[in-house]
Amino acid sequence: MKILVPLKRVADPDNANKIKVIAGKVDTTGLEFKPNPFDEYAVETALRLTENATNTKARLGEVIVVALGPKELDTTLRGALATGADRAIRVDTTDDALDGDLVARVLKAVVEKEAPDLVLIGKQQVEGDSNQVGQLLAEYLGWPQATFAGSIKSEADKALLVSREVDGGTLNLKVTLPAVVSVDLRIVSPQGAKSMHTAATHAYPEGVRFAALMAIMAAKKKPLVEMKLAELVGDASLKVTYGTAELPPPRKAGIKVKSVAELVEKLKTEAKVL
Amino acid sequence: MANTLVIAELHEGKVRKSTLSSITFARQVGGTFSILVLGAGAKAAASEVVVFGAAKVLVADDASLKDYVCERFAPTIAAVAKGGFDTVVVTASSYGKDLAPRVAAKLNAGYAPDISSVHVDGNKRVYRRPMFAGNAYGTCEVQTPVHVVSARQTEFTAAEPSGGASPIESVAVAAPDAASARVEFISLEQGKSERPDLGEARVVVSGGRALKEQFAQVLDPLANLLGAAVGASRAACDAGFAPAELQVGQTGRVVAPALYLAIGISGAIQHLAGMKGSKTIVAINKDGDAPIFQVADYGLVADLFTAVPELVGELKRTVA
Ligand SMILES: Cc1cc2nc3c(=O)[nH]c(=O)nc-3n(C[C@H](O)[C@H](O)[C@H](O)COP(=O)(O)OP(=O)(O)OC[C@H]3O[C@@H](n4cnc5c(N)ncnc54)[C@H](O)[C@@H]3O)c2cc1C
Ligand SMILES: Nc1ncnc2c1ncn2[C@@H]1O[C@H](COP(=O)(O)O)[C@@H](O)[C@H]1O
Repeated sequence: MKILVPLKRVADPDNANKIKVIAGKVDTTGLEFKPNPFDEYAVETALRLTENATNTKARLGEVIVVALGPKELDTTLRGALATGADRAIRVDTTDDALDGDLVARVLKAVVEKEAPDLVLIGKQQVEGDSNQVGQLLAEYLGWPQATFAGSIKSEADKALLVSREVDGGTLNLKVTLPAVVSVDLRIVSPQGAKSMHTAATHAYPEGVRFAALMAIMAAKKKPLVEMKLAELVGDASLKVTYGTAELPPPRKAGIKVKSVAELVEKLKTEAKVL
Repeated sequence: MANTLVIAELHEGKVRKSTLSSITFARQVGGTFSILVLGAGAKAAASEVVVFGAAKVLVADDASLKDYVCERFAPTIAAVAKGGFDTVVVTASSYGKDLAPRVAAKLNAGYAPDISSVHVDGNKRVYRRPMFAGNAYGTCEVQTPVHVVSARQTEFTAAEPSGGASPIESVAVAAPDAASARVEFISLEQGKSERPDLGEARVVVSGGRALKEQFAQVLDPLANLLGAAVGASRAACDAGFAPAELQVGQTGRVVAPALYLAIGISGAIQHLAGMKGSKTIVAINKDGDAPIFQVADYGLVADLFTAVPELVGELKRTVA
């Protein structure tokens, strides 16, 4: 199976409360860039679907990672290569020149060049939290979409059984490839994603795999090509533009109560919610 | 003048209450709006939404729409939208989030996702939306003639009936996307619960990793007493203490009840993103420095395994 995984880097999501707004623009100075967590999950999922878990050295398919952005993203891409992806593509541009729609149209052009069986994509990038690129891409390609996948099992490498995490439960779909699948948090649980080559009883360690030092060295030799956005899409206009940003209004400071009785009293007489 | 198409969401043959948030959006935008009810059984459900002042309630009822598959629903929505609507809105549930971008792509329209408010100034419309897990708000404008929007249920209060009776009209079900031949609906597994839906509950009792295997044992009596929905942190869901669909947060459900009780939850950024909008927040945690106390109106530093049963007892004594 040949899988394409888009990658975005984001300002450290665990410190998102430290962002500032300066002159109406979000300022993330001081926050380290990290790969978007859902994209890391998508890479892990792609690796699981192209291997037999008992011998992860033998690749049973190809995983291509693609990022849109400036040169610094090569570091993010090399990181994915070190964990096991086979090749990388960077489409040279800047975040300001993109909206979700243009990202999807660029990815469509990359898909048309690479002809993968599957695009595995994060369900959302945790800066914009917009949750749209996978669905837009599926429509632009005329492919089926299966969003918010909490588990994926491959069947004969031609179809996937996908459990989608939806409000109030799980929706199970069978999708025949090629398709776009967006991944949710629990895809990297021990039973989350598994290829047909891996025993049904196998349990993966929780979370994503880390790169060994040797692999980090080896990743430097894996192919990483740069493409120009203009070579991929003729029309780079944006459908949605962003104006000024602001910080959320602060919550008024609360108090600590000393006992359960005091808590109930406050909820009754002060907050009046009981 | 705007003409908005509101997409209703059906659940077990009824219009979901979340739909009323999209109606509120349509009213705020002004002009006229119609409501599209689609799915098998839509005809029967349509009468539920005739009292909100819509120009029309449009119905697409067909056996092919029995189970939700995006590739079957999106074409009908796009076809109806092309009949004179400049805005399409759906509430940002998992249904709306799955569907809206595909519809936008079909309409060659810009998509404003998960918005918290809209500001209308003549012909200009500015959407406001939470970003960075709610640590910043961005404003955006859609540059295409048609706008597709998903609206946050917690920010657009449910519309009240305005009386009258909108005419109900059947619309044709469009041919499904060719891609639908490659998607097979297998099943929808739903958590069975007598409790109110997380998105609609007046009180939410949420538990974290600290509850361990006693999650239900400790929280159920409290939730029952308060008529509350039960929520959970990601850590509690991942560990299997609570089912995944209870997760509250940036990537789970977003809730804004009158009262939110966070029990044994540390208050990670991703959790706060899903509950910071609650009116009154109570936190019970044995670590006085836990970040949850920064957003709590009332914090109790205590061991939950003694505090929660005590709270149940106190409530029974003083409130019931
Ligand atoms: C991409 C991504 C998305 C995420 N999305 C979400 C999301 O949507 N929702 C979400 O919740 N998380 C989300 N997370 C996870 C989040 O970062 C935290 O890991 C998670 O919220 C922690 O859950 P917790 O508070 O239950 O566990 P912990 O952080 O382990 O906290 C447990 C708390 O319980 C307290 N405690 C322990 N024992 C007791 C006791 N006996 N009595 C009282 N208190 C006690 C401890 O002091 C501690 O504060 C996401 C993470 C990532 C990377
Ligand atoms: N600028 C980008 N470069 C590469 N991938 C992106 C970019 N923006 C979004 N994506 C991908 O699209 C997914 C969904 O993002 P979004 O729809 O913007 O929330 C992310 O998890 C990424 O995999």
